[in-house]
Amino acid sequence: MKIIFKIFIHNLLNSAKDLAPIVLVIGFFQLVVLQQNIPNFTDIVIGAGFVLFGLTLFVYGLNLGLFPIGEALALAFIKEGSIIWLLIFSFALGFGTTIAEPALIVVANEAANVTQLNGLIKKVELQSYAQMLRYTIAISVGLSVLIGVLRIIKGWSLMHLIISGYLLVIITTAFAPEYIIGIAYDSGGVTTSTITVPLITALGVGLASSIRGRNPMTDGFGMIAIASLLPIIAVMIFGMLW
Amino acid sequence: MVNLLQPFINMLWDIAPIALVLFGFQTLILKQRMPNLKKMIVGFILVWIGLTFFIIGLEKALFPLGKLMAVQLTSPTFVGNNISWENYYWIYIFAFAIGFSTTIAEPSLLAVAIKANQVSGGSIKTWSLRITVAIGVAIGISIGSYRIIIGTPIHYFIITGYVVVLIQTYFAPKNIIALAYDSGGVTTSTVTVPIVATLGLGLASTIEGRNPMIDGFGLIAFASLFPIMSVLAYAQITYFLNRRKKDAL
Repeated sequence: MKIIFKIFIHNLLNSAKDLAPIVLVIGFFQLVVLQQNIPNFTDIVIGAGFVLFGLTLFVYGLNLGLFPIGEALALAFIKEGSIIWLLIFSFALGFGTTIAEPALIVVANEAANVTQLNGLIKKVELQSYAQMLRYTIAISVGLSVLIGVLRIIKGWSLMHLIISGYLLVIITTAFAPEYIIGIAYDSGGVTTSTITVPLITALGVGLASSIRGRNPMTDGFGMIAIASLLPIIAVMIFGMLW
Repeated sequence: MVNLLQPFINMLWDIAPIALVLFGFQTLILKQRMPNLKKMIVGFILVWIGLTFFIIGLEKALFPLGKLMAVQLTSPTFVGNNISWENYYWIYIFAFAIGFSTTIAEPSLLAVAIKANQVSGGSIKTWSLRITVAIGVAIGISIGSYRIIIGTPIHYFIITGYVVVLIQTYFAPKNIIALAYDSGGVTTSTVTVPIVATLGLGLASTIEGRNPMIDGFGLIAFASLFPIMSVLAYAQITYFLNRRKKDAL
């Protein structure tokens, strides 16, 4: 019990470190630059407490349950040697981690709200719009991980993939409706976050070190780069179709 | 009571896919029993409860704060009535400060920096890389805020950025490229994204002539693109300096 308590406090301090820069910067601006009252101050303090507590439990749970089994599974599928199953697993891993990504939940909801305020979707469609947006992004991250795994197996150049990605982004931008472009460009950075990054990096580095002639440092990374590009294209296509 | 439970039920749907993927592949495809089943279940329950609290807290605290900052820093009583883009300098300073401080504190960036130090055989210092990325994010968010204020379409900036990145990639030392590209994705963490996103939306809804739908998003895109440039530039400079040192010997 004492050990668990100690770990909890340790995690709590780490989350506090995450939050501290924001509190310090906003505090400084409020007290020194703006010198105005903060409305609903108690609400904000309670909310910040929720963020701190939630983040602590979340990270603790990830390290306890999700990361060890995710990494063990990735290694098991690499050892198994069946490329088909490895690819299916890669897709499922990218998809599943992205759906649970908290930053994406938040941004997708904001995007749906703003779209609804502009009258582009109806109020009843709010929830399903945010859901569809997230599924689109999750599918594209799944595809990215799949492509990233294929790249490591086949030894494709990351440079060529990235350049083709950039070109595709530019071409799709020309055809996408104006209102989706900002959301699409943001979705690239939002998706690769707390849950996704450690798990797909583990898959990439594990795979690169198990194949002869691959360098885990140069081949193992780069997965995140692909996973930040493909969602941009996918969301713009989503915008054209919706 | 239903209102209290609803967020928990919603969140269950969000973590169900990854739980299904991991348990399903383990038991059905690999046909292995779950190791440490009890630990896994406890872990998932903690993730579930933690995420729910986190999201509620975000909506109660970080969102209103981001919007409040945007509203107060752009209000006529603070900026004055002369609204041209250079009068919003406190916005740029705020954007820079938020970008720099949150990135320096980012744990996943520290992990990447340590790896970069290993790949480069020590020529890339952990601290210098962290500062380089943080400056990249800070400049990115500042330029992103400037874009919202002047209202230029985002893709002009981003596509120009891509061209710069491609030119830099051509000249950069080969082993740093993958890391530089990844550094763009890892910098925007779970706590940073919401506050940066609401800052953008807040700016776009308070500045006259801007539409949050078209102008409000995009700050995160800037925050992911600019570190790639700053890391490539940094690698190029260290490489160049090292070579000059060797030549001098």
